[in-house]
Amino acid sequence: MTVDPGTMPSDAGSARAVVNGDLAPLTIAQLERMAGTIRCDIIEMICTAQAGHPGGSLSAADIVTALYFRVMRIDPRNPSWPDRDRFILSKGHACPVWYSALAERGYFDKRHLATLRRLDSILQGHPDMRKTPGIDMTAGSLGHGLSVGLGMALGGRLQGRDYHVWVVLGDGEVQEGSVWEAAMAAPRWNLGNLTAIVDCNRLQNDGYVQDIMPAGSLADKWRAFGWTAREIDGNDMAEVVRALEEARAGSTAPVRAGTMAPVCIIAHTVKGKGVSYMEDVAAWHGRAPCLEEAELALDEIRRACAG
Amino acid sequence: MLASVTHYIRSDVLKLLEDGSLLTHGAGQATRYAYAEAIVDVGRRDPRVVVLDVDVAKSLGTTAFAEAFPERAFNFGIAEQNMVAAAAGLATTGLIPFASGYAVFLTMRALDQVRNSIHYPRLNVKIASSHGGITPGPDGPTHQGQEDLSLMRAIANATVVAAADPLTTRLATSAAAAWEGPVYLSFTRDPVPYLYTDDYPFEIGKAVVVRDGLDATIVAVRDMVCQALVAAELLRTRGLSVRVVDCHTLKPLDAQTILSAAEETGAVVTAESNTIIGGLGSAVAEILVENYPVPMQRIGLRDTYAESGPYPDLLVKYGMSTAHIAAAVENVVERKRARA
Repeated sequence: MTVDPGTMPSDAGSARAVVNGDLAPLTIAQLERMAGTIRCDIIEMICTAQAGHPGGSLSAADIVTALYFRVMRIDPRNPSWPDRDRFILSKGHACPVWYSALAERGYFDKRHLATLRRLDSILQGHPDMRKTPGIDMTAGSLGHGLSVGLGMALGGRLQGRDYHVWVVLGDGEVQEGSVWEAAMAAPRWNLGNLTAIVDCNRLQNDGYVQDIMPAGSLADKWRAFGWTAREIDGNDMAEVVRALEEARAGSTAPVRAGTMAPVCIIAHTVKGKGVSYMEDVAAWHGRAPCLEEAELALDEIRRACAG
Repeated sequence: MLASVTHYIRSDVLKLLEDGSLLTHGAGQATRYAYAEAIVDVGRRDPRVVVLDVDVAKSLGTTAFAEAFPERAFNFGIAEQNMVAAAAGLATTGLIPFASGYAVFLTMRALDQVRNSIHYPRLNVKIASSHGGITPGPDGPTHQGQEDLSLMRAIANATVVAAADPLTTRLATSAAAAWEGPVYLSFTRDPVPYLYTDDYPFEIGKAVVVRDGLDATIVAVRDMVCQALVAAELLRTRGLSVRVVDCHTLKPLDAQTILSAAEETGAVVTAESNTIIGGLGSAVAEILVENYPVPMQRIGLRDTYAESGPYPDLLVKYGMSTAHIAAAVENVVERKRARA
């Protein structure tokens, strides 16, 4: 299925991706504005908390926005709906982007965003499924999420549920060997209901991925394990939406006779995307902006949205 | 001669204990096999149960579950980390995964997954762990799970169960499936004797006094309960009345039964084939030192690695035989009497 990213999906085209009940799927332009709002939330949250990981939150903002405001089958009023799509942020340190999407989507009141990382907050420094409505899986230790998603996908199939499982990983995270255990296993069980999205923002804590532990072609690696892999610009909303919707539609259609390959989307992104002084700068992996820096960032994001 | 009063011990076991031949002539079964048989029954009763393996399904016998319920059995190959985290994912969907494997690799290679993806979010995963303690004698230290009880006991939200015989392993498997939240089940590689009668009141978190006594108490776990029973019988012939507690649940620890034993017998020995650091001995010591200190001695692997060899011979060489347990009891009784 190819969806024109510039238009709303037709009823026929989105029969399975019944999005949300309470919210019509956003257009690309609306999604881009929502991604800007989420980027502003991220900056405000991390500035208020004076701790957190802005770079990897901003790089993933377009992917998470597309999932929560258009692609995923969810109901914010019923976060434990058994047939909901599942989302796992395996690179859990980027949770401000998830918290913002959940709040903007109505899972909890936006006032909680200002409590990030504070004592008694529902918003922990890394995602906690027992504290935050809408968090489908606790995360923070890198390398777990794809395996967890694999289990969710197996569980869904075993129970005859047609939900889709989405896992966002980092390109630094895939240095964890357990990621490749999961990469090997998902095609063995033909888990077409599982999609991995690698947020390739090229940077990790200590510097460029390429300098620290180069991985070569990630797409080739995933394909070698039996996945359907594609590369996109992960900060281009139209491309993101098209790739995600095709991945979800593919989960209903056998890729090869008798098999359903899981899909891996290699999303090339810019770390710190939307805030020019953070873009492609490793120092902003885990550093909070001061008030002045935050004002600069918010100005820039708002101007980009208005333009 | 003192009389012995026991509870839930089979009559043939009592006779073998009197003859001194329980460990050589008692009928037994490795508790890994008892688990593998039990999980088929549990799975038949509860369709939510799924069994995960890491290329040791043939070793545990969980192939029987895979044959009975092929769609509910998943062999992950040699990949403990993936299996354990996938078990967490399965549990979020309402299924009850039993993630099966060997103690060393489940609790050490995959400990991060065990902690962060199962116990921190309190997911309903059961870890079915064979090759506990030094029971995999001939395999040598790489396969001897001597730290699993210590490591698992340190994990918040953990429930840690290590049953002493095949019957109680079956009961533990069933109880684990019914328990809401993570449970770690520890099994033996080598056979342990059938000890108990069908009326054994197995309840997670409730230790069972299986032999009465007033001079000292042996608190034992898993494969060391039968050793403790033999030691207690040996000590009876030397004029000591020794209580034996089957402490099958290390966590939550049954503090009441242990404190009662300390108050009523005034001397305690712990017996485990786990390292003496952090396991049953440490757990009992923590309870006693904060509440009712009495002379105490720990039997266990003394901060070292054992070696390849027959399991019974390893117990002798590494200080965990019935003779070592009996000597430890005599030592704590002597200390108790010196204080009186």
